[in-house]
Amino acid sequence: MEKKLPNPPKWAERFLCWYCKAELLEDLQGDLNEYFYRNLKNKGERRARFIYVLDVFKFFRLYTLRIPNLLNLFINFIMLGSYIKTSRRNLVRNKLFSGINIFGLGVSMSVGLLMIAMLVDVFSYDRFHTEHHRIYRLISRLEQNGNVNSSFFATSSMKAGLSIKESVSGVQDVALLRNGFSGDIELTEKKLPLAGYWANDSFFNVFSFDLIQGNPATALKNPFQLVLTESSAFKLFGTTEALGKTVVRDERQYEVTGIMKDPPVFSHLKFDMLGSLSSLEVLEQDNLDLMKWDNIWNTWSYVLLDEGMERTTMKASLDQFSASEDRTVENTHVELDLQPLDEIMTGENLANQIGPTLGKTLLRIFIALTIVLILSACFNYTNLSVARSLSRTKEVGIRKTIGAFKSQIIGQFIIESVIISLLALVLSLGLFMLIRPHFLSMESSLQQLLRLELSAGLVLCFLGFSILIGILAGLIPAISFSRINAVNAVKNLMASPALKGISLRKGLTVFQYSISIIAITATLIIFKQYKHFIHYDLGFSTENILNIKLQGNDPNLLRNELNELTEVQDVSQSMLISGIGHYSGVLMINPNDPLDSAYVYYNSVDENYLAMHSHRFVAGNNFNPKFVDSLETEVIVNEEVLKRFNIAGQQASNAVGQVVKVDGKDLAIVGVVENFEYGKANNQTGKEVILRYSNHNANYLNVKIQSEDLPATYAKLESIWKKLDPVHPFEAQFYSQQIQDGFKGLEASVKVGGFLSILVICIASIGLLGMVVFTTELRIKEVSVRKVLGSSELSLLALLSRGFLVLLMISALIAIPTTYLFFAKILLPQIPNSLPLQLQEMVLGSFAVLLLALLMIGSQTLKVARTNPAEVLNRE
Amino acid sequence: MKGTNLGEFEELVLLTIALLMEDAYSVAICDELERVTGRSAKLGVVHAVLNRLEEKEMVESRLGEATKTRGGKRKRFYQISNTGKAALIRSKEMREELWNRIPSLTLKGI
Repeated sequence: MEKKLPNPPKWAERFLCWYCKAELLEDLQGDLNEYFYRNLKNKGERRARFIYVLDVFKFFRLYTLRIPNLLNLFINFIMLGSYIKTSRRNLVRNKLFSGINIFGLGVSMSVGLLMIAMLVDVFSYDRFHTEHHRIYRLISRLEQNGNVNSSFFATSSMKAGLSIKESVSGVQDVALLRNGFSGDIELTEKKLPLAGYWANDSFFNVFSFDLIQGNPATALKNPFQLVLTESSAFKLFGTTEALGKTVVRDERQYEVTGIMKDPPVFSHLKFDMLGSLSSLEVLEQDNLDLMKWDNIWNTWSYVLLDEGMERTTMKASLDQFSASEDRTVENTHVELDLQPLDEIMTGENLANQIGPTLGKTLLRIFIALTIVLILSACFNYTNLSVARSLSRTKEVGIRKTIGAFKSQIIGQFIIESVIISLLALVLSLGLFMLIRPHFLSMESSLQQLLRLELSAGLVLCFLGFSILIGILAGLIPAISFSRINAVNAVKNLMASPALKGISLRKGLTVFQYSISIIAITATLIIFKQYKHFIHYDLGFSTENILNIKLQGNDPNLLRNELNELTEVQDVSQSMLISGIGHYSGVLMINPNDPLDSAYVYYNSVDENYLAMHSHRFVAGNNFNPKFVDSLETEVIVNEEVLKRFNIAGQQASNAVGQVVKVDGKDLAIVGVVENFEYGKANNQTGKEVILRYSNHNANYLNVKIQSEDLPATYAKLESIWKKLDPVHPFEAQFYSQQIQDGFKGLEASVKVGGFLSILVICIASIGLLGMVVFTTELRIKEVSVRKVLGSSELSLLALLSRGFLVLLMISALIAIPTTYLFFAKILLPQIPNSLPLQLQEMVLGSFAVLLLALLMIGSQTLKVARTNPAEVLNRE
Repeated sequence: MKGTNLGEFEELVLLTIALLMEDAYSVAICDELERVTGRSAKLGVVHAVLNRLEEKEMVESRLGEATKTRGGKRKRFYQISNTGKAALIRSKEMREELWNRIPSLTLKGI
């Protein structure tokens, strides 16, 4: 047999067909082919192909170009009404298919909408500054004794910020912000806690914040000047006309020299007030560290570059600048760089951010997840439409016979899918509104960062997005329909295009179901762990205890007031709250070996604390009550401390009475308590804990409440607080709530995981349904013949669903061990105190998913198995 | 109708078509031109010229039978139309007249 000759490149041929006039095409193709085969002989295959491609491009000339058929476009436009009409009929006729398509697309699109809204929000940050493209933040990285920090800090030294304008060319101006200005602002009759920064006089020059009253050039120039935002001025004075008034902050008088508009929502800088940075020259004149080159922790510098200066060209001069300044400190190198203002919200996750940022990683993960979801939904649509082609080939065949062009068939099917995706948009908009508050409340920082508010622009974005999705999903079915051969279709000889790629679709089903099972099982496992941790036995009782943040108030004063209430059973004081992730360490010296010392964690409590929280004593007793301001003499330790320092041979009873040196003081051990969770239950740190005595400078008041009506009691407590401290809002939380909040991250993963699993399962189920309907429809004749020959419904059911069951089993076999190995071998061993995996949650998810799948398979196959064979065979 | 004047290359192509008689299609024309003139005739150029000549109605074309060598594509055969013939003859006459008027001495010694 003759060897088959190689062909010219397909794509070039197609390109030729696309642009060339019909009357010239055949001749031209022939010529090119002739040359190609001639070159093939003389010059070899590669060269021949190359010349072919070259020639195809050479023939791309004015006289060969096909003139776009305007008439055709016009007809398509006129036909739009007809397309919409037929699409509507189709949608209504196939309610099941339309329904699941709209549902599937809608569900995944709602996540897409969330993503778009988030992107719109995030990318509108800081764009209100007129010079935003020229503003950069000076960021720094510390290298000490050869140890380089892995990432940059958003902060830089005050020295760098103040001297960069003189030392580096290309800098037009620098705005400095320094933390530490937040605090209570006092008027004669009133006190208000406000958040703010120290800022230098260039602030209003660099940024475009609106100063309503006052002179932007001088408002922050001199020491002890203060700029208030409108809302804080209103809160303080009841009016925004506050220019020239004086207020007191930290025993210093400040003059209000400016009133500015509140910072916009989409500003990464948020504050209630600004104090002039020059005040620090007076306040901290004795602080030698303030202007040190390596003190890079507290100041954010925003540089306004000259017009036309690039960040890349600035780097060299910055390196030079830091090299010359490095000499002022020992063994330290501070590397400086610039970060564009526009990238603060979306760029690298730097340490020491001035406020919460979203960061690149989170954004990317979210975008990737969304794209995967949307693509699989689009794929399902494609899959289902192609599966339906069986019933629609005749329609297309007749259309073509009557005279429809290819482009019109494509147009019709695209319009249909766009209509579906627009309907899905309505659904997804509803879902979007529904999940928006849940998404925002997942993490407290998200709530501050994003608004996700529907605006006209956003709705337009959504519309564009859904049309795009419609076109994307409809493209492949549309093209495959348009290729149908009219004659064959009408003659019913058509081998459906859906017959191709069966194994691919099987693979996809397995893949989708594996992902679904993994997602749901992982969610269940995390949920189980979450429940386990929030109900974890911390080693002490937290029941009905309300922790009130004192915010600087006298604990004894409040305690006396609270004790009046009948609902209050007991009150104690503590420095911090155990078990929710508060830590504080103190140096303790080993009584056996004075050279050995180590940090132990501690909490300062009063004599009521241990009893109220039901700490169990191994030996010894509680603290003896003392007067306020008496010397600290006693300490209570846990068993782990005895073990660490080997005190009294680890015999608790012998340890009582021993004297240990803590924080430079000699303290006698009066009691030993059982180990308890000091930090968080899922955290290993915080094993050795001591309890110190303090009865007057606590941060928290722990109130044990016995009440039928908790909200009413809470309100009572709040009114007492209001009486004592009208300035600060009442901050109190039940212990159980605080523990839950401590595991907010885990809760968020459960929520996100649950939501994603539902989506993935929905999409997989829809895909499976399409497959089932398609294959059973294909085999309907076979089923009928079998039935006529005496097959029972049950055996038919088994016959039809066997294939799918195998697919589902394979998915489960892939998914369950993967999930198990991931959690049991990789993730859980890293989490202390985690609950070991149980069979229950491993199987439950898969069971639910499989049940759902079986339900669908069963219902569809039963429908086919029950059809009257006479009806089917009658069609022949 | 466009001008009836012939460019040099157009004239060559027309003559080749006339020469090839029944076999005049693009690739054959190219080959023949290459053989006669000794310079390479690019298909793209010849194709464009043929197209222009057809627009000027100097040639007529018809599609032939499909052959295997061209990947199943038919050839387009060209024939000189009466206008084409007239244009060729006129051009030849014009040249001859000019040749005749040149004194024989002028071109000697080239």
